[in-house]
This record gives sequence, C-alpha cells and structure tokens, in this order.
Amino acid sequence: MIKNLFKFPGGVHVSQFKDLSIHEKVEPAKLPSKLVLPLHQHIGAAAEPCVEIGELVLKGQKIASANGYVSAPIHAPTSGTIEDIGDYPIAHPSGMSAPCIVIKPDGDDKWIELESHASDYSSIDPSHLRNIIRRAGIVGLGGAGFPTYIKHNPGPDGSVDTLIINGSECEPYITCDDSLMRDRPDEIVCGIRIIKHALNAKHVVVAIEDNKPEAFQAIKKALADFDDESIEAVQIPTIYPAGSEKQLIYTVTGKEVPQNSLPINISIVCQNIGTTAAVYRAINHGEPLISRYVTVTGDIHQPKNLEVLFGTPINELVDQCGGVKGSVRRLIIGGPMMGFAMHQLNLPVIKTTNCVLIDAKESKAFKTRDFAMPCIRCGSCAEACPAGLIPQQLYWYSKSQEFDKAQDYNLYDCIECGCCDYVCPSKIPLVQYYRFAKAEIWKRELEMQKSNTARQRHEFHQFRVEREKAEKAEKHRQKKAALQAKENANKDDIKTGKEADPKKAAILAAMERAKAKKAEPKNTDNLTEAQKKLIAEIDAKRAKQRNAASQAKPTNEDSKDSNNS
Amino acid sequence: MFSAIIVLGLLALTFGLLLGFIAIKFKVEGDPLVEKIDAVLPQTQCGQCGYPGCKPYAQAIANETADINQCPPGGETTIIALADLLDREPKPLNPENGEESGKTVVYIDEQTCIGCTLCIQACPIDAIAGAAKQMHTVIESECTGCNLCIPPCPVDCIIIKPVNETIDSWQWDKPNAIAEAKS
Repeated sequence: MIKNLFKFPGGVHVSQFKDLSIHEKVEPAKLPSKLVLPLHQHIGAAAEPCVEIGELVLKGQKIASANGYVSAPIHAPTSGTIEDIGDYPIAHPSGMSAPCIVIKPDGDDKWIELESHASDYSSIDPSHLRNIIRRAGIVGLGGAGFPTYIKHNPGPDGSVDTLIINGSECEPYITCDDSLMRDRPDEIVCGIRIIKHALNAKHVVVAIEDNKPEAFQAIKKALADFDDESIEAVQIPTIYPAGSEKQLIYTVTGKEVPQNSLPINISIVCQNIGTTAAVYRAINHGEPLISRYVTVTGDIHQPKNLEVLFGTPINELVDQCGGVKGSVRRLIIGGPMMGFAMHQLNLPVIKTTNCVLIDAKESKAFKTRDFAMPCIRCGSCAEACPAGLIPQQLYWYSKSQEFDKAQDYNLYDCIECGCCDYVCPSKIPLVQYYRFAKAEIWKRELEMQKSNTARQRHEFHQFRVEREKAEKAEKHRQKKAALQAKENANKDDIKTGKEADPKKAAILAAMERAKAKKAEPKNTDNLTEAQKKLIAEIDAKRAKQRNAASQAKPTNEDSKDSNNS
Repeated sequence: MFSAIIVLGLLALTFGLLLGFIAIKFKVEGDPLVEKIDAVLPQTQCGQCGYPGCKPYAQAIANETADINQCPPGGETTIIALADLLDREPKPLNPENGEESGKTVVYIDEQTCIGCTLCIQACPIDAIAGAAKQMHTVIESECTGCNLCIPPCPVDCIIIKPVNETIDSWQWDKPNAIAEAKS
C-alpha cells in the first residue's frame, strides 16, 4: 500500500485549459474519404507493407508487418481498397513526407474474422500474451510509442515489483486519457489485470492527478468490483510534469531511475492508461490497435475528444469539431509544453497522436517566440527543472557548441519537458537548444564512426594493394626461376644426350628428319649434258635480266632461283 | 668525498638503468600526434589536400610542412578541431584545395558500365564491388564521396549524387540567434 508520496524536484504549475474539451461527450470521428497510414508510427524500425495497391482489405487486417524486434505491425482501420503506397506528409517536426499506405474506405466497415482469445486471460502463458500484444500492433499510447510487448517482459527475475499505470496526463489541454478513464474504467481495469499477469507484477499503482476526480472515482469503482488488493489507485498532486515516466516513478515509489538505465532495471514498469485499454481489446476481443482517443482543442468552436481511426486527416477532425476560430497560425501535435508545431492541417493521426491543438492567429493563448532576451542568470530554470539539471549551463554550452561540457552537465538526462522554457523570463527557447545539441552530438558520433570505418577500409585497401603487388612479384620470380631451370636442364640434356622431355624428343626427331631430307638426292643431280647446257643458258639469261634490275633493287633471289630451277 | 662520488654514481647508474628499461618496455609505437591529427580528419582519402590520403596529410601537418586549412571535405569543423588540437589560430579553408560542399556519394549507371574495373582500382576504400566484364556497383553506405573513381571511368557512367536529408537523418536546427538578439 502506498503510504506517502514523494515530491520530485522542480516542476511548474501551468494553467490547465482542460475544461475546454472534457465536458463534451466522446464521439467517434466520421469516416474520412481516405485514410493515410504512415509506416513509422512508433519507436524503432518502420513497418513493411504486406499488401499491394488495389487490394481489398478488411477492418483489422494486417497491412504492414513489423520489421525487427523493436517494431510494430499496422492494421487496416476500416475496410476498403489500398489506393496507394508512397510518400505523404506526416506529422513530424521536420515537415517532411514519409512512406504511407493509403486506404479508400468502402463504407462497410467490415471486420476481418477476429481470433478471440480466452476470456480468462490468466490461463494464457505470459509469453503467449506478449505475442498477442505484439501481433495487435500495440505501442505505448502516452506519446513515445514504444512497442508494448517489449515492456511486458519481466526480465530474468520473472517478476517485477511495481507496475505503475500512468493516468496523470499532466500536459495542459489534453483530456483523452481522462475521458477514457471516465468512459471505460472496466476495460482499463481488465487491461491492467492482464498486464499484471504478463509481468507477474507484485504491486500495481494507478496514478491519477488530483485534477481528475471523476476519472479517479470511476477507476476506484471498477477496481472495487474485482476486489484485488494488490491493485490500488492513488491521487497524485497536480504539477507538471508529474506524468513523465521518471518523475512519476519517483512520486509513487521514491526511487530514481539511474542514468542510462530503464525502469525495468529497478523492477518497475510504467504503462499508459490508453495502452491498458488497447491490451484489453487485443486479448479479450482479438482486436488490433486501429483507433484511439484524440483531444481536439485550442482555438476551435467545439473542442472535444474523438475516437479516431488511425490515418484520419486532422483537418477532418477539426471540421467535425466546428472548425477553427479565425485562421490557423499553427497546429500543435501533442500538448503545448512538449508538442511540436506543424503548418498544415492535412496530416494523419497516428498511434502516438494524443492531442491536436489549434493556435489561431487571433488568439493570445500561446506565448509566442518572436524574440528572446539575453540570459540574466536568474536561475529560475534550475529551480523548475524536474530532472535536477542546470538548464542555464546547458544552454550556454549548447549555444557555443561546447558539447563535451554540455554532456558533463548531463545533457542526455534532459527529458525536454519544457519547464525551463516556461519559467524563463527572457523567453529563451531552451529546449530547442538542447534538442539541437543532442542531435548534433549524435550526428558527430555517427560521422566519427563512419570515418573510422573509412580509415580501416583504406588501411586494408593499402594492405591489399601491397599484398597483391608482392604476390605478383613472387609469381613473376617463380616463373623466371622455373624458366631458368628449364633452360639449364635443356642444356644438360643435350650434353648428356638424354631425352627426358617427350616434347623435346619430338622436336629433336623433327630436326633429324629435316636433316635427312636435306641429304636426299635432288632433281639437279644426275643430269644429262643437254639438260646442263639448257640450265646454264637459262641461268645466263636470268643473270642478265637480274643485272639490269639489281641496280635499283638488290635482292637475294639467287639462292631461291637456283633451287627452283 | 669518495663516498659521495660513489653514492651519486650509483644513484646515477640506478636511475639510468631504470629509465633505459622504461624506455624499452613502454616504447610508444608510431607518432601519437599523427594519430591524433588523423583521427580528426574526415577519412575521405580524396587527396584534395595534395597528399595521397588522410594519413600522409596528417603526417605533413605534424611535420609542419602542410597547413591545417587544406581539407575541403572536413571544412570549418575540421579546421577548428585541428586548431584546437595543435593550439593554432583557425583560418579559412584554402580555396586552392577546393570548396566545402555538402556530402555526396557516387552512383554507377549500370546500363552504361562496361565492367573495366578501373574505378575499382581507383577507390581508396574498396567501396566498389564488381569484376572484369561484370557490372560494377558502389556500396553506398561505405562511399566517402572522394570522387576518385570518376576520372578513370572511360565511359563516364559514374554520377555524383548529393546525400539528401531524410526523415530519419533530420535533426533540430540551432535556434535562430538573430531572432534572439532582436529585442
């Protein structure tokens, strides 16, 4: 039982703006004219398409399979035709396009035949449970999108101490988890029990911020139905970022996750509320992850939560919520503290899209970043930092690109929560500096690795060239030596009269034959006197002609002529 | 007085032997400075510096026969790193050696390639696969963009391709300092 909670350092009290969207009833988003499903909706490797253009798919059918261990498959959110597989704009801070599968819905919304698993999850082996979760494409729905089945591995111990269910939802504006807890507390509690079984967790804590009393009561009631003492719901103080994994673990258990380590290393696992509901749907109904609750809020006429199929364009959600109040300055994906801005609305909702926040040109709700004043070293950022870092030092080092020093000040422990940004009186975009520094360090690290490989390859190239040269020289030398030896042997053979080599013997025999032929009598022997006279006459005649010609062109035809005649 | 000479002489002998032994036992192979300089260079082995590779250039810098601003692929980053390492003033890239340009790789048009193997022999890091009268292909992930394979090609089938930023290689920009100063 949780007796007392712990207070993590720093944190900020931000205006909530959650009232905007929480009071409206959650409704399903209208079926859009087309669904655009990015292949990369999670942390890890992008999924690989396993359908072809023009293929008919049913709701829940797998359209892209996981590619490797850290990856997740993607399923068709509704029935329809595969219209295209190609690059489309996605919700990514770069504003670039990425490979997507486009489905044109046929409107029937016909499910594929689902493989319903035993309603009694406890009879299913934990590793089989993990496989079902993996095949259902479930990833963490809190924002990071880490494949859930990997988290559900309790490790070598075979059990974990504490499973924390994160229902704190600390970012302003966002209410999708709050709505889910109010709407489907039973599903969530079932999901929690399944995850507890998969992890063999000794203790489960559902942590809900105290600004969500209805959700807390709903979960408490659902828990009471099961009468499981090892699962308890606790209210934690509302302070941003209480929902960040490391801060939540500290709040609930008082334990800190060590640097470069994971919660599982201290026998703790954190799961988001949305993920638990998805796990329930996958185990009890066999449904893959194809939709989620999304908060559509900000400067729009009817902010509310919608149950959205993945791939639905955001502009259609905004239209369903009454449209924008004025004209759009930017669209923020995620909350105002950690989200990123996009400048077009025709972007698909993906597994990690928890909130769509519209910032209109006419509104003054958001602090704008048009200018920043110099840092005055007031230290407010250090007081606000929930990770216990010194943001201003990180800022100086990131700005001057002294990345070694930034790392000495534990740059990689920064969770990019934005508390320092929020409190900065000079409005310096601090987190942006840290993101830049982190990316730059990674880039340099990669370049260093690449240049090391190139060096090794070049050294090997040089070694290879040298080796080949040496080999060639050696071959040449051997050949020459062999030739020399042969010649020597030849000479010896002739001297000794030995005929060791059959080839040589053949040559010698041929030479003998030629000699013998030469010795044979010729047709010029044994001639009569008349013939001799004729020959002499002809020779004399030829000599005359030759003399005339030989002045200009001396030849050696004499011998030939004499032979032929 | 003799005793002092003997004691000092013995001491000198002991330390001499000790130092001599250490000099042999812990001998540093090669020139550590050259290694350090070589580690900073981008290892494209392109020869634009006027030396037949990064290591010879590193050697030349260490011997102070070459300046630190002769490496176009490394550009400003490398010059600053070298200046830091050697405690010298950074200076702009020598235009005689070339200009700093974006990262590129080469690509062989396989329709045109006649399989002459000349590019394979030219590649300093063995990043081209192929054999005589067989089609050649650049191993793109290993290519450093040195372009040394281009001049020997008799049919001009090697094309320079810029390395485009993808969604995976994309990174956050440094916040705009001008916007910050404008106050």
